[in-house]
Parts: sequence; C-alpha cells; structure tokens
Amino acid sequence: MSRGRGSFLARLIFLGPGLIMLTLLAVVPMLLMLSTMFFQRGRFGGVVYEFTTANFSRLFQPLYLNVIQDSLVVAGVVTVLALLIGYPTAYAIALLPAKWKTIALLAIMLPFWTNFLIRMYAWTILLSGPGLVNESLTGIGLIDEPLELLYNRGTVVVGLLYGYLSLMILPIYSAVERLDPRLREASANLGASPIRTFFSVTLPLTLPSALIGAVLVFVPSFGNFVVPEILGGGKAIMVGNLIRDQFLKARDWPFGATLALAMIVVTLVLLLAQSIVSRRTRSA
Amino acid sequence: MTLLSIEGVSRKFGNVTALEDVSIDIKQGEFFALLGPSGCGKTTLLRILAGFETPDQGGVRLDGADLLKFAPHKRPVNLMFQSYALFPHMTVAKNVAYGLERENLPRAEIKARVGEVLEKVGLDSMASRRPAQMSGGQQQRVALARAIVKRPRLLLLDEPLSALDKKVRAEMQLELKRLQNEVGITFVVVTHDQEEAMSLADRIAVMDQGRVEQIDAPVTLYDRPRTYFVADFIGANNLFTGAIRGGVFSADGLGPLPSKATTADAPAALAIRPERVRLTEPAPGMVQGVVVDVSFYGGVSHIAVEVRGLGRKLLAATQGSARITPGTVVGVTWRPEDAVLIPN
Repeated sequence: MSRGRGSFLARLIFLGPGLIMLTLLAVVPMLLMLSTMFFQRGRFGGVVYEFTTANFSRLFQPLYLNVIQDSLVVAGVVTVLALLIGYPTAYAIALLPAKWKTIALLAIMLPFWTNFLIRMYAWTILLSGPGLVNESLTGIGLIDEPLELLYNRGTVVVGLLYGYLSLMILPIYSAVERLDPRLREASANLGASPIRTFFSVTLPLTLPSALIGAVLVFVPSFGNFVVPEILGGGKAIMVGNLIRDQFLKARDWPFGATLALAMIVVTLVLLLAQSIVSRRTRSA
Repeated sequence: MTLLSIEGVSRKFGNVTALEDVSIDIKQGEFFALLGPSGCGKTTLLRILAGFETPDQGGVRLDGADLLKFAPHKRPVNLMFQSYALFPHMTVAKNVAYGLERENLPRAEIKARVGEVLEKVGLDSMASRRPAQMSGGQQQRVALARAIVKRPRLLLLDEPLSALDKKVRAEMQLELKRLQNEVGITFVVVTHDQEEAMSLADRIAVMDQGRVEQIDAPVTLYDRPRTYFVADFIGANNLFTGAIRGGVFSADGLGPLPSKATTADAPAALAIRPERVRLTEPAPGMVQGVVVDVSFYGGVSHIAVEVRGLGRKLLAATQGSARITPGTVVGVTWRPEDAVLIPN
C-alpha cells in the first residue's frame, strides 16, 4: 500500500487535536509527576530538587510490597469472578431474541447512569448491621445476630465486582454476538457435542474479547481507592489509597510518584501479557 | 437401493411455507441435486437433514432408521456450508482433523486420514496454513476435505461452488464429480444454478415455493418437463398456454400448433426448445412471424421472432451462423414429437 504525502497530511489533521490534547493533558503531566521520583520531599510538602534513589528502595519495604501484593490479589479475584459471572451472562444475552437482548443490555448499563460513589454508598446501606441484607436474613430466621458484612476485603471485592462487571460483559457479549453461528453448526455437524463445541470453537474465538474485558476490569480495580475507602472502611487498604495518602495526607509527592510508577508498570506488564495471549490464541 | 427417504416433510416459518409435503428418495451412491430459485425451500430441507431444523410434519429415514430422532452431532451426515464455516483459529490440518478427533480415533489414524484427504483435494502442502491465508477455491477444498474425511453416509453440499469465479467453478465441478466417484459417498447438493445441477447430478429434484415439481435425470428434465415451472426454469424454452381440444393443442391467440396430443380435452401448455424450432418459408396454416434479432454465439445463433398474436418473442436456435436477417418474414414450425405438452 502506498501512502502519499496527502494522506499523511490528512491523518495529521484528524489526529492532531487528539494528539495535542493527550500530550498536554496526559503525557506531560505524567512525565512531570514521574520525574519527581528522583527528588526528595520538601519539609512541608512540595519537592526539593536534590537527586535521590531513596524512593525506590522505600518501595521495596515489606509494608508497601504487601499493599501492592494485596491490591494485585483483590484485583485478580475481582477479575476472575467477573470472568466467571460475566461470560455466561454475556453468552446468554447474545443468544436471546433481539427484543430481549436490548432489554438485557439496557439492564446491564442502567446502573452506570448513577454516580459510582452513590452506588458504593448504597452498598454500605444494604450491608450495614441494620441493613436490608441482615434484616432479611434475620427475618427468615437464617441468622440470629446481624453479620459483619461491611469493612473487610470481601466487601471491597463485592463493590469492585459490582462496579466493573459490565466492562467484562459488554466485550464478551459483542464477541459472542459477532461469532458466525455456522461455526457452531459446523462443529455440531462434525460430531462435537454442545459442550465440546463451546470449548473448542466458541471459547477460543471469544477469548481475546474476554481478555480485553479482564484488562478493563483489572486496571481500575487495581488502582481503585474509593471502594476500599467506603466499603473497606480504610482497613483493607489498596495501592490507590496509598498513592492518594502520599500526595494528600503525607505530602510526600516523590514517593507517591514512585508508587504510581509501580502501578503503571504492573498494568503495562498485564497489558503486554494480554496482547501476547490473544495473539497466541488467534494463531494457535 | 434407497439410502435416504424423505417422506411428506412440511415446514412453516410463521406464515411462510418453506416446505410443503416434500417426498424424495435418494439412492446409495447417487449424486443428487436439489435445484430451485432462492426461497424455494431447498436450504431448509438441507438443514433438516443436518439437524439444524426440524420439520413440522413428515419423516426422514436414513438406511431405514429415523434420522430425526438423532441430535445434529450424532448423525452420519456431513454438511459443506455455503460460507465454508472453516474454524478461523485452526490450521487446515486441524480443521480437517476436527471431525475425526470427535470420534476419539487414535492419533496416528487421524494423521494418516487427514494427510490422505488433503492429498485427494490437492492441499497437502498447505496443511499448516490458516483459512484466512487461502483463496476462496482453496478454502472450498478444505471445507470439502473436512466434510468427506469422516466418510459420512451422506454428504450435503450447500451451494458448494457459488462463491467461486467461473473458471475455478468449472474446475471444481469436475473435481467434485471425480471425488464422488472415488469415495463413493452419496452426495446431495443444493444449488440455484441449473448448469451446475445438470452437469453434476445423476438426478435432480426441481423445487419451487416449497414443493417438489419434478424429480428426474437431467436429460429427462430437459426433454420432458412435467410442469410449467420446470419447462420454464430449466434451460431456454418457448412456452404457449392454451388447451387440448379433440387431440389438437391450440394456443391462446394463435390457434393449433404442431404436437402429439394424447390426453383428453383440458387446459394445457406447450413447450418447445429453441433448438427444435425450425424457421421456414411462410405457408398457410403455419405460425408466422418477423425476425427481429439475430445473435451469434460462436457455436450457435439465437434468432428472436416476433410472432403475431403472441405476447412475447419466440426463440429459435440454429447451429453455426444464421443466414437469416432481421425483417424477414418466416414460418415457424417444429416436429410434433418435439413439442412437450404440460397439463395445467
């Protein structure tokens, strides 16, 4: 394919505004922020421009490594659960008749019209001691005392899962929907049971989209600080909380930037893994 | 020996009748074609045989056993899809092996049979390619290999050659025929292309609006169409509507035409093939017309004659170039035994 000057210019015109905005509002601030990693914190906040690598060695203290590890575990569990719940849901929606499909998709997206914070606070009301869940459970006599449902890691997982599940469902739904139904028929025609067809044809061909969904769920879960704050009660601290605290409470920008970098690196590694795996499945 | 018998199969989709009381017997080893315009129900019938549709009424027996009670994946019937439906995430060899793997055959046997069938369709050098890296003709061969490798009792082919260009299609037609001879599997091909059906099939069922119009060998279909639809659909034909009265066929607006009427008085149609029509000096009592167009096709020439009293042009075909010129007044005639009478 030959690309002349004209098409280059045309592309520049179309890409230009987006590129400029991304550079000014994302790349430059990020570089500025990350550059503070190599400096020391000021006595009352701010940055003192004296070179140091202390921020990095501090990152590898068990205290912080634990938080990063916990965050990875929480985000990982959320992602796996989202996959396990989201895949069958998306699959079922894709096979519905057209009218019901629209209704089901609307139901999936409807909660998004409500503010994320409000939805998380709603959970605290539902799960609190005298909340709906405990009332119901005691009401039908399953338990005598209200359960401690709030402010633990499980609650954080539930909140994140609730918040991001649709990001898993939508890409999988669109992949199953796009899949040529004749491929399933061909598989059956060649002697494959419906289960075999699912694992040999449907799943491999929709896996790349499931991985995209996994990234879409994992990344915001990993860096989240609202959900641990509200539903974790500050007890189940995640790396997002840590970063926010460094910037806003401890006023240690250099170390906050270092933590942020660690998060970006983990995310990039995962994205890379995702793209490698989906390329493999496409050509395996 | 009858391999497959379709007995009184009907299928409706809402108000649309896709199949109405279809009965067909297909013999072991036969190359059978279901021919008809799109929407005639041929694909629905194929999908019923494969198990992707169920008939509202009627039965299907394969080797005497009720085929309909088996799930699609348990039928000894393989289908080659019109779109090929190759698995895009698998290599050619994997695609072909898929059906054999489902039979839990030993690996060595699967490998041997896949190699054998790929060689048969001339793709042994492309075993490790992916469908997306192949041309339409090559994909078609993979689809065929994947369908025959299981050695089904019955192979169904849905418009097998429609996605190919003309030259490749002619090649593949020969190849299909050769393969069918070699593997001895009963083929049922669905097509809207009459040339394809005529050149491939031992017998053809012509279908229209969910009904079987006629089942016969290609030559019989051509020479002795039994319904107006078949006469009109298969090849070029001159058709006259009219009635048989006292052993003579009279066309509406034209009067008596040469024919050998043997049936009792009844409304009927007469069909005469262009190559059977003879143009002569006009004579009394003969259909007359004016030549309006002469086109030369190399081997044959087509002559269109405007006949007085007939709404449309009559077509005559002669060998080689025609010596007649437009504007000539001609008499149109044919041997009575060449005309086919179709009762209404």
